[in-house]
Amino acid sequence: MNIAQGVQFVSFIILSALMLGSALGVVLLGNIVYSAFLLGGVFISMAGIYILLNADFVSAAQVLIYVGAVNVLILFAIMLVNKREDFVPTKNAWIGKVLTGGVCAGLFALLSAVAVVTPWQPPTEVATGEGSLVPLAKHFFTDFLLPFELASVLLLMAMIGAIVLARREFIPDTVEMTEKSALTLPERPRELAGK
Amino acid sequence: MMQLQLPYFLILAAALFCIGIYGLVSSRNAVRVLMSIELMLNAVNLNLMGFSNYLDPVGIKGQVFAVFVISIAAAEAAVGLAIVLAIYRNRDTVDMEKFNLLKW
Repeated sequence: MNIAQGVQFVSFIILSALMLGSALGVVLLGNIVYSAFLLGGVFISMAGIYILLNADFVSAAQVLIYVGAVNVLILFAIMLVNKREDFVPTKNAWIGKVLTGGVCAGLFALLSAVAVVTPWQPPTEVATGEGSLVPLAKHFFTDFLLPFELASVLLLMAMIGAIVLARREFIPDTVEMTEKSALTLPERPRELAGK
Repeated sequence: MMQLQLPYFLILAAALFCIGIYGLVSSRNAVRVLMSIELMLNAVNLNLMGFSNYLDPVGIKGQVFAVFVISIAAAEAAVGLAIVLAIYRNRDTVDMEKFNLLKW
């Protein structure tokens, strides 16, 4: 990486502040649409941190897949279930929140203590500096070939499963069925589709 | 101190993971629960990338695993949002407190 140490440090500080602030906004904000856009902020700052970690391909994949696909999918889901509802407040909800916050703070303290106390061995060999793309491709097509192909099978299964789960099998009663043409209604019952 | 070290990234990932757990447990909107799961997956990815860069800079097996985690996360988001959509059609709400059909 050809960036000076100070620049790296300052960009790490900025990116991590952006990421933690956006993540807190995702969890704590009331409007779910704001949360979805802040989730995109978390993903983009995560891609910047990947660049600081010498991982150019994974950074590009993060932007393409997370910001381009997952975040847009979440926004579509929010639009599909867009019903303004005020949740009925449960009694003693604050006990659960305080308890969860305490457990999360404790877990954070534990993980940070482990990360600081453990003597991490510095690597013996140094990276060649040719970028991460060629070694990554070598891994994918030699020793990780089977998981790579299995991932594609899993993506196909997930696509079929999502279509089966999200498809609507019937027409709601509010839709008037005036004529039985196949092209008038956006969604048709299966018997009509078979004719 | 001005040089980036591995514990910085690990602490950042731990903070993101804990925020994700808090959102997963305490939020009542089902879509927000899915977003918290994405946050936790990103925290795990950050851990893998940190270890890959600082402890295994030649093999970069951590980046390979991070790419797998990203693809699995995309599949998980699609199926999870389809499930939320199906539940919304059945129960007409996205409140996690009302999804208690299997409770007792």
